[in-house]
Amino acid sequence: MRFILGFIGAVFAGVLMIAFISNLATYFANPPAPLPSDEFHLPPKDVHFSSDGVFGRFDNRQLQRGFQVYSEVCSACHSLKLVSFRDLKGIGYDDAEIKKIASDWKTQVPSINPDTGENATRKALPSDTFPPPFPNEVAARAANNNALPPDLSLITKAREGGAHYVYSILTGFQNEPAALLKKFPDAKTPPNLHYNPYFPNLNIAMPPPLTTDGQVQYQDGTKPTVDQMAKDVAAFLVWTAQPELERRHGTGLAVSIFLLIATILGYLAYQQIWDEAKRTVRPTGPLDPVNQAKTRRAKAKAGISG
Amino acid sequence: MSFSWAKPYEPKTPLMRWIDERLPLPRLVYGAVGGGYPVPRNLNYWWNFGVAAGIFLTIQIITGIVLAMHFTASTDGAFDSVNQLIMRDVNAGWLLRYAHMNGASFFFLVVYVHIFRGLYYGSYKAPREMVWMLGLVIYLLMMATAFMGYVLPWGQMSYWGAQVITGFFSAFPVVGDPLRIWILGGYAPDQAALTRFFSLHYLLPFVIAGVVILHIWALHIPGSNNPTGVDVKDERDTLPFHPFYTAKDGWFSGAILLAYVIVTFFLPNYLGSPDNYIQANPLSTPAEIVPEWYLLPFYAILRSFTADFILPAKLWGVLAMFSSILLLFFLPWIDRSPVRSGAYRPVFKRFFWLLVIDVIVLGWVGGSPVKPLTVAVGQIAAAYYFLHFLVILSLVSAFETPLPLPRSISDSVLHGEEAEAAPIGSKPRRSRTATAAAE
Repeated sequence: MRFILGFIGAVFAGVLMIAFISNLATYFANPPAPLPSDEFHLPPKDVHFSSDGVFGRFDNRQLQRGFQVYSEVCSACHSLKLVSFRDLKGIGYDDAEIKKIASDWKTQVPSINPDTGENATRKALPSDTFPPPFPNEVAARAANNNALPPDLSLITKAREGGAHYVYSILTGFQNEPAALLKKFPDAKTPPNLHYNPYFPNLNIAMPPPLTTDGQVQYQDGTKPTVDQMAKDVAAFLVWTAQPELERRHGTGLAVSIFLLIATILGYLAYQQIWDEAKRTVRPTGPLDPVNQAKTRRAKAKAGISG
Repeated sequence: MSFSWAKPYEPKTPLMRWIDERLPLPRLVYGAVGGGYPVPRNLNYWWNFGVAAGIFLTIQIITGIVLAMHFTASTDGAFDSVNQLIMRDVNAGWLLRYAHMNGASFFFLVVYVHIFRGLYYGSYKAPREMVWMLGLVIYLLMMATAFMGYVLPWGQMSYWGAQVITGFFSAFPVVGDPLRIWILGGYAPDQAALTRFFSLHYLLPFVIAGVVILHIWALHIPGSNNPTGVDVKDERDTLPFHPFYTAKDGWFSGAILLAYVIVTFFLPNYLGSPDNYIQANPLSTPAEIVPEWYLLPFYAILRSFTADFILPAKLWGVLAMFSSILLLFFLPWIDRSPVRSGAYRPVFKRFFWLLVIDVIVLGWVGGSPVKPLTVAVGQIAAAYYFLHFLVILSLVSAFETPLPLPRSISDSVLHGEEAEAAPIGSKPRRSRTATAAAE
């Protein structure tokens, strides 16, 4: 059986070696052409959010500013369908404010006319989720050059880099570098797309949403620079994706401390329980005291000293 | 159980006596994980991962049952039921879900340590072949369960993972496509697949629990292996499981749980793929379809077969991937060295660590984008994987001269091995004398 198995192993290894050689032969014969994104794609910018790190917490004023940016800018195209108006309580709005935000929301909620049974719409209630800007995917694509604006509820969990990625995209629009066009003359950004080195394939369908300072008028006196607005809305989208973040960090800390203490106590108990066992290991063979006594007696009997 | 000095159960209270006389469950527990199970006294911390695996199975079953109460197994509702209902509206639902998600990863992590411990110390060898094979059955069931569980949230990776993994079956000639369609209940993952995966994902953990009982039962016939690999000779070599190993497992499981808690609460999505927070879309393929980290080495083996040679490359890959796990069932008969522990096998030991590195490299390759050079590394690593188990182990066990073994476990505990060395040749040696004598 060992020979059969050894043969099978050799066959697999042999086929792998054939694959290896043909793979490398292809690679050296026609090496893959480099892509513009291999060279010009950038990792997300290094920017600090208060929710970062083990003790990260939200800054409610920032989240409210971010919500304002979302409702005045992003919500024109992007839905937020997993979040309810009532969830806004988590970023510091009270019931009356939430009711007003819901009923003033620019899109209404599909409903049925109670008298005729015909399709109708009604004002949103705090218990509703944010109504999407487009009724369906076809409508969304039709309004956006056939690109589909993604739902933003989970965007900071659904992209590598999270909030840093969102911030980098929002602030990363720029003209296509001359160096890129020189090296890859065919890689000109197509019409209706926009060059953004933080986007994986460098050309994003979304036009720059935050273009001028003061595009949104903040009520708390913060200066609404493009950078500030991008940061605030990225922070807000961390909250929409992980509204439990503060609780999670707090609970995690408590559970970790509890487990640490329990583990230390467990370790001390273990030490105490094993202390005796470690001292009472009894030797066997020639070192067994019983055997040593026997040896001594035998030696004494035979008259051998030592 | 099989040692003559194992203490029989003695009820301490009239109630326990009453129960024990009518249903000897207390006796069973006492003999399995209580004072009635003598365990080699020299077990090191690598022996603590079996109990940890049991703890994670329990965590998975408990969190899973509660999650199932809130989950909707429909292609329209699954994603929202997880990401809206459970993560936002169910009380502590986020905790249940993150605990379940990361619990799966930690379950695999401790099981991998457990398996590699068995590989190093020869725990698969006689008389523990059955323990080893039942363990492999558990591992296969775990992989099936984890795969189906990953499909349930119906994210992009769920969908495309299901597409790719069920696609393996279509590599087989003639029966392949009908088999795949039968498994999925359709031509692509859809409602039928989601519902049956949910049903099976709920069923299999209980099957795992059943096989775990068999695994422990089989273990208790010869008793635990130990770092010297030398058989237990008499009572001095053992300690009762309780309180000694309950205490050791207790604190060490606490330490493992601490790591688990830190990941669950502070880095809950670190081990997952961001793409799974995008709802499944059959029309849009993700740039990279990557399974969960614990399946990456096998995924790398699958993708290493890039050349058609007699058979199509895809069929080679699928055969190799299935073989890479199935060959482990033959391990007890491939490695015929009479010495169990790798500590006394200088040549085996080197190859063992090479295998550990090899599997880590395979995992890295499996998680990297397909590029000719990474694939080339994966091809070498995959070839080594097969050669290691099917050729090298066989040869090493035939030609290696092992180091002298200690006379007994107590001796090795008392004073290093060399002092009491009893040289043994490379000839096979009956290694069951102690258990035979005990019987």
